[in-house]
Amino acid sequence: MMGAGALFTIALTFGWLSLFAVGGAAAAIPEIHRIAVDLNHWMTDPQFADAYAISQLSPGPNVLIVSLVGYQVAGIAGSLVAMVSMCAPTAALAYGVSRLLHRAGSSPWPALIQKALVPVSIGLMAASGLIVAVAADGSRAAAVLTLIAAVVAAITRVNPIWLLLAGGALGFVGFL
Amino acid sequence: MPGLLELFLAFAKMSLAGFGGVLVFARRAIVDKHRWMTANEFNETFALCHFLPGPNIVNLSVVFGARIRGVAGSIVAFTGLLGPPFLIVTALAMTYARYGDLPVLRRVLDGVSCAAVGLLFAVTWRMMLPLLKQRDPVAVVALIAVFIAIGVLRWPLPQVLLVAVPASFAATWLARKRVAS
Repeated sequence: MMGAGALFTIALTFGWLSLFAVGGAAAAIPEIHRIAVDLNHWMTDPQFADAYAISQLSPGPNVLIVSLVGYQVAGIAGSLVAMVSMCAPTAALAYGVSRLLHRAGSSPWPALIQKALVPVSIGLMAASGLIVAVAADGSRAAAVLTLIAAVVAAITRVNPIWLLLAGGALGFVGFL
Repeated sequence: MPGLLELFLAFAKMSLAGFGGVLVFARRAIVDKHRWMTANEFNETFALCHFLPGPNIVNLSVVFGARIRGVAGSIVAFTGLLGPPFLIVTALAMTYARYGDLPVLRRVLDGVSCAAVGLLFAVTWRMMLPLLKQRDPVAVVALIAVFIAIGVLRWPLPQVLLVAVPASFAATWLARKRVAS
């Protein structure tokens, strides 16, 4: 898929999705997967798992995974349009709201909304983990490696990049 | 207060340092290093950005940029945060499109993906702990329901949120009222 039509589709898809991205990019992974793999067949499951891995390997906000999806659909232009349409509308909204609520401290509503949204966004993140794990469709060794990484990350404060590189090195030597 | 160039460089730096999320580095730069905000101001700003839709850290860059230098500040912080990593990720996408089928690269990426999923589970676990400790039944039910609807049943996000958010909000509100009365 190429050309202006593809770019328009990308813009509409991610612009719409961004409005439902509560709890950040990690919580939006399941919907990105549903759109890119199940609905539009822009990429396969293994390609999606790779895109997630690459987005984690590169520095910057996790939302950049949408650029990898955009690239797959329409090259560099697709990559740019995906990122801008995923980020700009909600950034404009945040700008507007922050101007309105110059000081939100006294109102009980933000705290209440946050308390209600926290479990929703954690549920979404757990679903993200499951979906990427299933998309990667690994061996038993892959499950073991995932578990080890989870435990190490949960009990230590090691920089995530070292775990990602260690995972890559283990893959390189044929652990999986 | 910083000028536009300083703002751009600060956001570019925290973004390029941020593997697995930029928030920690943003807090370090804005609060500890440059002292552009107190810890409290930062937390308040982040809370606002967290409950609005969209990538939290991107929202934060815009809100912070606006406080410092108005609309121009917003645009500069947004561009600093997203521009440099965008170039990197696009270069990686081009490399992947070209060499993604090489067996060596396949093996490496499979290993990275395992570690990345493990990291995501660890972050989720850390966020979940306070809810489990509080034994907050409303939160636990909401969490599990959303996990099943999205992760297992693979329902579309907008529909799930349109039900889950008002339901969680109402339940939280009722639970608080009961405690208060």
